[in-house]
Amino acid sequence: MSLPFLAKKPIDLPPIVSVELIQISEKTNLPFAPKAKKIIEEIKKKEKEKITSEQAPPKKVKKEKPDAIPLPDDNIEKIKEIEEKKQNPEKLDEKIKQVSEFEKKELFDPNNIAALIDKSKEEFAETTQKTSKVTQSQDKNADAFGLTLSEEDALKAQIFGCWSIPLGLPYNENLLVRIKLQLKPDGTVIKSEILDHARMNKPGQGFYKVLAESALRAITMCQPLRVPTKGYERWKDLQLNFDAREMLEG
Amino acid sequence: MRYFKVILILLLLIPSKAFALIEVDITRGNLNPLPIAVSPLSLDANSKTEFKKILNKDDIGSEISKVVENNLRASGLFNPLDKDAFLQKPDIAHLKPRFEDWSLIKAQALITGKVIFQDEKLRVEFRLWDVLAGKEMMALAFTTVPSNWRRVGHIITDKVYERLTGEKGYFDTRIIYVSEEGPKTKRIKKLAIMDQDGFNTKYLTLGNELVLTPRFNPTNQMVTYLSYFRNLPRVYLLDIETGIQEVVGDFPGMTFAPRFSPDGKKIIMSFAKDGNSDIYTMDLENRIVERITNHPSIDTSPSYSPDGKYICFNSDRSGYQQIYIMKSDGSNVKRISFGKGLYGTPVWSPRGDLIAFTKLHKGKFYIGVMRTDGSGERLLTENYYQEAPSWSPNGRVLIFYRETKTDSEGKGFSAKLWSIDLTGYNERLVNTESDASDPSWSSLLSN
Repeated sequence: MSLPFLAKKPIDLPPIVSVELIQISEKTNLPFAPKAKKIIEEIKKKEKEKITSEQAPPKKVKKEKPDAIPLPDDNIEKIKEIEEKKQNPEKLDEKIKQVSEFEKKELFDPNNIAALIDKSKEEFAETTQKTSKVTQSQDKNADAFGLTLSEEDALKAQIFGCWSIPLGLPYNENLLVRIKLQLKPDGTVIKSEILDHARMNKPGQGFYKVLAESALRAITMCQPLRVPTKGYERWKDLQLNFDAREMLEG
Repeated sequence: MRYFKVILILLLLIPSKAFALIEVDITRGNLNPLPIAVSPLSLDANSKTEFKKILNKDDIGSEISKVVENNLRASGLFNPLDKDAFLQKPDIAHLKPRFEDWSLIKAQALITGKVIFQDEKLRVEFRLWDVLAGKEMMALAFTTVPSNWRRVGHIITDKVYERLTGEKGYFDTRIIYVSEEGPKTKRIKKLAIMDQDGFNTKYLTLGNELVLTPRFNPTNQMVTYLSYFRNLPRVYLLDIETGIQEVVGDFPGMTFAPRFSPDGKKIIMSFAKDGNSDIYTMDLENRIVERITNHPSIDTSPSYSPDGKYICFNSDRSGYQQIYIMKSDGSNVKRISFGKGLYGTPVWSPRGDLIAFTKLHKGKFYIGVMRTDGSGERLLTENYYQEAPSWSPNGRVLIFYRETKTDSEGKGFSAKLWSIDLTGYNERLVNTESDASDPSWSSLLSN
């Protein structure tokens, strides 16, 4: 017989993630115009005396509305801008706090190195692709090097259904995300790698991260990918180029 | 050595067995709204009692999550999933979501959180999770007075929207508009303001005088509007937080649509002088009025570009009312609208890329957008009568008003606010307590 606490599995607590603490000002409590305020006060007096007035105070609204929100004239507290609360001991440096786990990864230097390596791979891929378009002999061997049209169509059709394009993307920007996949023979993904990873940290490119995440979600949702049953060596490494521009430009 | 070179050359000439990397272009996807689960914010027993006392709400956590859910749904970009399908309880989900449960109901993103009553204040902590990647995307906490609970919902929506779409939200904002009551021939018009979702309506004027065209200052919560005092148009400034009103000036003849410059330091408007309507600016510090256009035609409805360098306006100088742009000093006037029909009320997008307008063609009114060079005209909505588009602060949604036709007895008239996004598909009635016209959208309150 073992001790119960020893038999118990350790509690699987999630890692403690700090939160950014923000104070919200009381701006919602709008005052009436001063003239209106005076008159409304008068009306309130009159109402007490059960005399109706031409100037009605704001209608009482539906139940969901916060009845307890004080009238602005009760609340002429000075409006503070939203400010960060300092007493939160868990609070980290703003830069660190704002980022999610994804972002933390991006800030990590080795990714830049990876991006450089990726670039060299891309260049290699581009040149080989170009040459394959030019030479006839290689064209004959297309089956050996690429996917057949029907194989490609099957894969595309599958991913089209999984990819929810974020509708808020700016349609006049470069909306291409290239993801390199390493696949198992059954089409499940061993590794996925965003090739233009460095772009995520560039200023004004916030939408790119959103787009890249949507592409990664599509791949996750679609697993296992509809890959050919044969020729694993051909497609064990695969690059998907997600381009939302055509869809968003309509 | 020679042999070595020959072998090396031969090795290079032998075709490599390595395969080229296969690339597949994915140029299509579905444009369905993103499925998102908004788990009700959890609430401990003590906080529940306190909030019940203060706000008279049984479950403030659920109420805040409803605000978030409604905002997300109204954006047209998200599909909040039915709460009945949720398998995990809110308090546990906030601690550690079981992603399999959430992906089972097809959620791609998940919002969890908790509300606490702390030091007489409301503290909300929320997290956004990527369900498919099984990762946390964002964690934030807010504290405020309990009466601000709806704003907390709006701010959470803004943060989620920004994280998932890559552009700023527009939910913690207000709409100012002209509230209308009474028969069409004898309307009582008051200035009213509400949250962008139609809640928290407040009236800012009494309805004794006619008020028209309220416009927000893009940098703060000041409003400029036009009111008739003894039949003379008067331009007012109103600080909606302090309620202090100020007369900017009396202007002659027909004065139209005062609007702020992007830095909030000037007002631009049109008024008629010597029988000719032109565009003028007024510096709010020294009250100096400067004439911007000087043309025998009618020039009205000026609106600055967000960088303040250009102004769009409408003019009938070509014989018909069309949209023009010019530099902010009035030089380089250029016509940009060339379609059939009449164009009016041009408004420059806060993003700077588009100009929204009202178009009248063959008896129908359209709200549309075009690029700033006049290309790419898109009509978003058509109706019997509608006008006065105003942009959301992120430049994605337009709010405008629409009037219905009266019947043969003069009845059935109504004026309502509507919103539509740039896709033209997400058109929605914006709830107001009374009839409403001339809406203007504020900038984000929390920025």
